Amino acid sequence: MNSDLTVDRISGRVAGLGELVLDLLDRCGAFAILAGHTVRAAARPRFPVLETLRQMEAIGTRSVTIVLLTAVFTGMVMALQTGIALARFGAKPYVGAVVGLSLVRELAPVLTALMVAGRVGAGITAEIGAMAVTEQIDAIRSMGADPVQKLVLPRVVATTLTLPLLTILAVILGLFGGLLIATTQFGISANFYLQTIFTNVTVADFLSGIAKTFFFGWSIATLGCFFGLQTTGGTVGVGRATTQAVVLASITVLISDFFLTKLMFIL
Amino acid sequence: MSVETPDGNPIIELRGLRKAFGNHRVLRGLDLRVPAGKTLTILGGSGSGKSVCLKHMIGLLKPESGRVLVLGEDITDHTEHQLVPVRTRVSMVFQSAALFDSLTVYENVAYPLREHRDWKESRIAERVRECLEAVGLAGGERLMPAELSGGMRKRVGVARGIALEPRVILYDEPTTGLDPANQRRIGELIGSLQERLQVTSVVVTHELELCFSVSDRVALLKDGRIAVEGTAAEMKVSEHPAVRSFLAGAQDSAEAGSGEASEGGRYGS
Repeated sequence: MNSDLTVDRISGRVAGLGELVLDLLDRCGAFAILAGHTVRAAARPRFPVLETLRQMEAIGTRSVTIVLLTAVFTGMVMALQTGIALARFGAKPYVGAVVGLSLVRELAPVLTALMVAGRVGAGITAEIGAMAVTEQIDAIRSMGADPVQKLVLPRVVATTLTLPLLTILAVILGLFGGLLIATTQFGISANFYLQTIFTNVTVADFLSGIAKTFFFGWSIATLGCFFGLQTTGGTVGVGRATTQAVVLASITVLISDFFLTKLMFIL
Repeated sequence: MSVETPDGNPIIELRGLRKAFGNHRVLRGLDLRVPAGKTLTILGGSGSGKSVCLKHMIGLLKPESGRVLVLGEDITDHTEHQLVPVRTRVSMVFQSAALFDSLTVYENVAYPLREHRDWKESRIAERVRECLEAVGLAGGERLMPAELSGGMRKRVGVARGIALEPRVILYDEPTTGLDPANQRRIGELIGSLQERLQVTSVVVTHELELCFSVSDRVALLKDGRIAVEGTAAEMKVSEHPAVRSFLAGAQDSAEAGSGEASEGGRYGS
């Protein structure tokens, strides 16, 4: 009797785990289909150029303030930390080189992507999710139009192109933040600060950082659209989908960053 | 037979449709023929699968088994791309109107035209004006959906639905959530469009008043199948137990509604 109950409980757990795995695979498949569909939609005539530009403007203006604050303060804290650490080796003047390298290769791309995931990714999911629960997505389909071409494609292209631009902005602002601290706290001249950056940070460093952001942008927008389109369950569903999209996009940025960086070193 | 088009086929035909969402079996072998040029109402309680049935007619949902024939074409296995020609001839008016919040009334009605007609802006503007006139909303082009009342939103939804001059219009719960005056107005609108445009209309509703005011034929959906089908007059006097219980149920709920109100009054006093 007792052992029967235990067996029942275990088989129940196994079945639950199985369902979870199946659901996960199901979602991965659906995501891959959406990604493929977006590429096909891009190849079709009547590319939504205007809507893409509109989205780029919206994404850019929506994110500039948050990117500005993040970049300037990250640059400042990096200068502060490395300045103190480098002082122990008598290498304090090289603050610029360390701040520059870490900003260009890692901090600017990843932090900008995380900010955009929170700001833009959430916005995309909430907007498309609200359209899904009010039957607007079905309405687009019922009129013989393609929601992927109308909604997903412009957002994905716009985010993929805008995130690298925002990252470049973040690099410049971050270096400026570092400059503030280097000159005021450590008495390094602005000239020397910039000189150590230009001699130590190469174009390859810069490109390896920027290249990653194309992938980050694509994954943030595609995940945002994916969760938006899958939204069910009214306004509560929109909130849930938005949270899921932001969490998953942020994790994707952090995990893919490692593998992309590894890939860059191999290439 | 009146249910058939001149070439001998009904304009929409559902054969043995089965559809489930998870473990919930909604349609269980549903058969239905929609006669051309008439208004057919699918009547049923909430959650009976009326809207699900309607969404199959335009390919928004795919059945697990069974066939969907629209305008003589089997669309059951059509891809979204293959469905486009069907969707220009069959249009759907959604329960919530499903207007695009970010676009004006004008852009909402122009949406299907921009998608499928290679027209100049002046011609689009003219057609939008015609459609808005037909639903009694002439001059409302510049309004945003958020500025409209529930009844007006539904009428803009209808205007968008007729923009491409479809042969079939599917109405999903067209009067739900409206006050009695607006309900009557939508009913009259469905009737007048039917007469003027010679379209076939399929109306999904649980409201008896709308059902009997617009329908030529009525089909009662129960337990995932069409339990009874007949002309509106036949259905009113039908002795079929499913019809009796639905009509009685609908009346009961109307009475129960007033009963609750008076009860509330008693508690209040």
